[in-house]
Amino acid sequence: MQIYLNEKQLHVDQHCTLYELRNTQQKNADLLIINGQPIEYDQPLHPGDRVIMLQRGRHPSPEELERLLAARHTPEVQQKIKQGKVGIAGAGGLGSHVAIALVRVGIGQLTIVDFDVVEPSNLNRQQYFIDQIGKPKVMALKENLQRINPACRINIFNQKIGPENIKGLFGEIDILVEAFDAADQKAMLTNYFLANFPDKFLVAASGLAGYEPSNTIQTSRVSDRFYLCGDGVSAAEPGRGLMAPRVGIAAHHQANTVLQLLINQTAE
Amino acid sequence: MKLTINGESHEYHEQLTVTQLLSRLKLRPDQVVVELNRSILAPETHNNTELKTGDVIELVQFVGGG
Repeated sequence: MQIYLNEKQLHVDQHCTLYELRNTQQKNADLLIINGQPIEYDQPLHPGDRVIMLQRGRHPSPEELERLLAARHTPEVQQKIKQGKVGIAGAGGLGSHVAIALVRVGIGQLTIVDFDVVEPSNLNRQQYFIDQIGKPKVMALKENLQRINPACRINIFNQKIGPENIKGLFGEIDILVEAFDAADQKAMLTNYFLANFPDKFLVAASGLAGYEPSNTIQTSRVSDRFYLCGDGVSAAEPGRGLMAPRVGIAAHHQANTVLQLLINQTAE
Repeated sequence: MKLTINGESHEYHEQLTVTQLLSRLKLRPDQVVVELNRSILAPETHNNTELKTGDVIELVQFVGGG
């Protein structure tokens, strides 16, 4: 009969039991799961069962992780994601969420640039931890990303972005995510990038502060290579702060637009 | 002069540069992205770019937060 072991199809004898499978396939496994249920005694297997065998404390290899992602996402899709090279300008509320989403889906390469350090006030919406306060954000983010998927190549630059260094930082990527905080910096980056990189995509964000309705945050295609996520109007200002849920919604609009562009070369 | 701005038709009675249009619309010049007839317009050229009838303009005014 056919079963799945760690997301890979496997032919086994029709009377095969869980422990027999463990003894032949993965002797040291100490956590056995059948169809999502942890199992602590031997039992017969059935056709189509999805069996996961883990050894506590052992990390899966990059190849295993890749196989798991390909099984989840389908190999054709995963191949396209894996080839993706994406830049993230800013590692705050938007950038840290976008980076985590893209690393979870198995992006090939990320280039992340920011000049800030993690401050206590960032923890209300940015993907950092108490013990990372004071660290440069790009270093803290790389640590967190490598704990999720060490197979992704993460390039970090701890510096301020301006017209003088955009080409050097982002010349090799396919898609840039604008994840700045200040409106004039957002405009500067967008103007420069679209004018100087006619073959690359830009996914920017504007209007994501407060706790107004989730569904006012949208993705729009401003022009061929320029996508904009947000409600367009909710600026961060006194009385309307930046908060994790809505910043996360906008960031995930950006991440999903990147994903669509990587897979389909267009997004909607 | 007829302009299409963000997909909507607008009529102006006098000649305008991009800078003057932004000021009319109360947009902050350092926070906008202007696309004129599908090309990005460099900010330093806003002041001497005269608009003409039939121009298609996309304006994005960024707001802060990230």
